[in-house]
Amino acid sequence: MTAKPFVDIRHAAKSYGTLEVLKDINLQVQKGQIVAIIGPSGSGKSTLLRAINDLDPLTSGEIWLEDKQVNKSLPPRQYEKHINQVRQEIGMVFQHFNLFPHLTVHGNITLAPKMLKGISDKEADDLAKDQLARVGLLDRIDYYPSQLSGGQKQRVAIARALAMAPKVMLFDEATSALDPELVEEVNLVMKKLAEEHMTMIIVTHEMGFAQDVCDRVLFMDQGIVVEEGPPEKIFRNPENERTQNFLRKHLQSQK
Amino acid sequence: MDFDLIFRVYPYFLQAALVTIQLAVYSTALGLICGALGAAARLSRSKALRFVGAAYVSVFRGTPALIQLFILYFGGPQIGIQLDAFEAGVIGLGVNIGAYMTETMRGAIISVDAGQNEASRTLGMSRWQTMNKVILPQAFRLMIRPLGVNINAQIKGTALVAAISVVELTYTAQRYIGSTYKPFEMFFLAGIIYMAIIYVTGLGISWLDRRAAIR
Repeated sequence: MTAKPFVDIRHAAKSYGTLEVLKDINLQVQKGQIVAIIGPSGSGKSTLLRAINDLDPLTSGEIWLEDKQVNKSLPPRQYEKHINQVRQEIGMVFQHFNLFPHLTVHGNITLAPKMLKGISDKEADDLAKDQLARVGLLDRIDYYPSQLSGGQKQRVAIARALAMAPKVMLFDEATSALDPELVEEVNLVMKKLAEEHMTMIIVTHEMGFAQDVCDRVLFMDQGIVVEEGPPEKIFRNPENERTQNFLRKHLQSQK
Repeated sequence: MDFDLIFRVYPYFLQAALVTIQLAVYSTALGLICGALGAAARLSRSKALRFVGAAYVSVFRGTPALIQLFILYFGGPQIGIQLDAFEAGVIGLGVNIGAYMTETMRGAIISVDAGQNEASRTLGMSRWQTMNKVILPQAFRLMIRPLGVNINAQIKGTALVAAISVVELTYTAQRYIGSTYKPFEMFFLAGIIYMAIIYVTGLGISWLDRRAAIR
């Protein structure tokens, strides 16, 4: 009934010594789908996200992007090559933006495409302009990151990831470090991406956003997916007691 | 204080100061090279190289620079290393300060935020590309000041080579004491000249640091 999954996480497990942070997680994301992962801190949601591009390698299990296995077992040198290729197809946005402070906005966006895709300066200029227009910051092209607000930084970070033309975007608490009044501008950019049918996996604390934008919501706790389903079900009628508790606490704290 | 004497001998001291400056410049250059290699070794993925880097640092920071100079200059011929005093001074001081610079550079590189590495690798950049284009440009800015401290120490450290009879500032002062019996004046003059060299160098470092400041 369903198409072959676009992102396929099979039996993902990870432990640090005896501490299991991910326990046999399976997650299939279809092309164009938007999945939110929610859960208390320490639940393993960021670790799972960071395993998708092998930033935090799994202890066992497989990650597939289309017909390619991300965490293929290869000799170190070949693996370097392989993972650098695969990562070009997986965009990632971090809580703390991680923009390059020594480069302008233009430099931030074009550094990787210039090096990895061998595009000309002219093409790089166009690329930077296109991506900045996409996040509404064309007028900031020659600014340095330190001259931008938090919301603008994150939008540039999104543009930087998009410039590699990724097949899927990972968001690791993209708005958690922002002042409340700056959250909306980043959410708007993400909503726009959603409308463009970008495949996205979003770790978030923002239940409202998850409810509005996402096709599916996963609730994780203590390294397992406790409950998953469409947002209406997870947010309105959660079945699991842990999900209910988490959402109750979360809603209270937001009041 | 015998100012007349000072005015009579200072041109000779200035000449000796040129030797001090040469020693400092050459040995600092060598130190920077050793430091870069040492830092690369200490941060390498190869265990053997990391060991070599760590051994270099602990040997040269763990023994007096004077002993290192003596081993090189006096002990060298015994194992077939023939150097004149100036060469031994440059090499001895350079390799010594290189151990300190290794740690300075390594420290600057590892203090670049880990997120910078993550962001670069996530975009598909290799380790090498990340180091070159993202980490090092930021680390250079972080290492200017502490390298300045190393260089400051190195300028003063050149006084050690008086002990292997390189005719630099300190040696010259000692020589003039022999003929004038005025140690206060002679060392005072030498001290003033060291201070001037260090002051000017310090201005240069500050200028570099300001220019490189991250916006």
